[in-house]
Amino acid sequence: MNAFSHTFLFIWGAMVTIPLVWAVIQSFKTDTEILNEPLALPEQWLFGAFGRAWTKGDIGEFFANTVLVMAFSVTLTMLCGAMAAYVLARYRFPGNRVIYWTFVAGLTVPIYMGILPLYLLVKDVGEMLGLESVIGVDTRGGLILVYIAYSMPFTIFFLHAFFRTLPTTIAEAAAVDGAGHVRTFFQVMMPMAKPGLVSIAIFNVIGQWNQFLLPVVLVKADDGPKVLTQGLLELATNARYETDFARLFAGMTLAMLPILAVYLVFHRQVQSGLTGATTK
Amino acid sequence: MRQGRARFITGFLFAPVLLYVVYVLVPYGQAFYFSLTDTTGFSPEHNFVGFTNYLELFSDEVYLRAIGHNVVILTLFPIFTILIALFFAFMLNIGGRGDKAGIRGVRGSSVYKFVFFFPQVLSIAIVAVIWRRVYQGNEGGMLNAILIELGLVDREKPLAFLGETDSVIGKLTFGEFLLDAPVALICLIIVAIWGSVGFYLVLFSAAMQSIPKDIFEAATLDGANRVQTFFRVTLPLLREHVSIAWVYLGIAALDFYALVVGLTPGVGGPNHATEVMSSWMLTNSFRPDRFDAFAYACAMGVSIAIITLLLAAVQLRITRSREKLEF
Repeated sequence: MNAFSHTFLFIWGAMVTIPLVWAVIQSFKTDTEILNEPLALPEQWLFGAFGRAWTKGDIGEFFANTVLVMAFSVTLTMLCGAMAAYVLARYRFPGNRVIYWTFVAGLTVPIYMGILPLYLLVKDVGEMLGLESVIGVDTRGGLILVYIAYSMPFTIFFLHAFFRTLPTTIAEAAAVDGAGHVRTFFQVMMPMAKPGLVSIAIFNVIGQWNQFLLPVVLVKADDGPKVLTQGLLELATNARYETDFARLFAGMTLAMLPILAVYLVFHRQVQSGLTGATTK
Repeated sequence: MRQGRARFITGFLFAPVLLYVVYVLVPYGQAFYFSLTDTTGFSPEHNFVGFTNYLELFSDEVYLRAIGHNVVILTLFPIFTILIALFFAFMLNIGGRGDKAGIRGVRGSSVYKFVFFFPQVLSIAIVAVIWRRVYQGNEGGMLNAILIELGLVDREKPLAFLGETDSVIGKLTFGEFLLDAPVALICLIIVAIWGSVGFYLVLFSAAMQSIPKDIFEAATLDGANRVQTFFRVTLPLLREHVSIAWVYLGIAALDFYALVVGLTPGVGGPNHATEVMSSWMLTNSFRPDRFDAFAYACAMGVSIAIITLLLAAVQLRITRSREKLEF
């Protein structure tokens, strides 16, 4: 039974690993080797493709865009989501249920429904406020705001459940001690909600890092701030890059490294965070 | 204090609600409104055309075929993912040596989990770049190279994989409706399964570990073997998790946009072989031969939403657990 289990597990492990490792190895080969000797190791391990991918393939720029967008979008998603979830979970006021269910209803509607008007809307909002170069289409700011908006339903749904489970006595004690609502939230409730915040933060980081449809629709201009997923896929599908296979593989390897690093360090939290978030 | 409370509530809700209303709810409303017009998306002038766009969907051959492809994905993707994930979760948790202390999981289960789960955190772009080369339809592709090396495929006649439009189930027609499952589409489903098994494995595995050990011990005392234990004890207790997985995978099966665009660029693969609802919708939004393509694509978007909601409702109804078990 034991050997039997290991055999099957090992086979699936190989099926997961081999394509990944194979693709990484291609980035060290010459194009001729890639085309004619797809399974062989490189004659000489070349690192040039990484430099070409970073500069000529614009991976460096895509990278910077992604990191910059996410620095704001994840932070603000967490802040907005936690504020709304907290108020909705712990304060009774008219309209509370309506607001909560409107957020949660967003979970059930596929993003495709609104995706076409969204482009026009981002454009219009930017122009209306005179900020089209900041939050209009083809801007990082626009992308950030849209990421936050689309992350709200799940973040609020998850954290709402979490804030509900926290004991009320500590918040009451803080109020008796003279802490205001805002202070109670930041200094008492947020630290207590840390496990929940970590789970949902991981969920949002991975979700937004892998976001594909929103940037494809909102960043169309050639010189727009393209994110990694979109840029990499353009490298892959765009015929004029096809002549440099090694560069494409190198670009892919570079795009994979940060997520691999995060995963190596936090794999337990990532696994339990993602799956735990799902079963809520 | 009371006034402070109201101000606090408003202050905390203002930004989240504003962003959500402007960027999520308004586009949904607009999509529905535009779908009833002949708008071009570029000029504000448009006429109200009622449900014409929706009626046209029923005679759009490609769209109907795309729905068929989503149905194929919906049939294969969730079931295989769940079965494989359950199988491995079983292996990891109860597939190890049995000894006096009872049945154990295999050694190194966290290593397996680490590896299996990894594709889940990879972005779809990376997955696409890798699998395009794995499936490449000449001797430079990884699968073809391996198969040629093993002597299973003739070097002169490599397998086309993503370029293969032959349907594995033939072409079934129901009136206007064409149901086919091209090899290329099956290839995409395999990639999706490859990426998802690890996630559901971890989900099921965690659920199995939360089942108290004495339940298993009781089953063993009653003379149940491992396989019996799995089917009679473990699986019924995992019912709720399996139904959650079912709903999530079902929703993912109706999407598939990123895989289609990433692996079979152009118009959903060779001759729409891998076209799904969402990819055809986005292709339609900039179709040159229709001035009201934007409105038509909006109608398609609304129809995708309706289909998804119906499916989720049906799935929840079927799988809703009869009673929740507490332990």
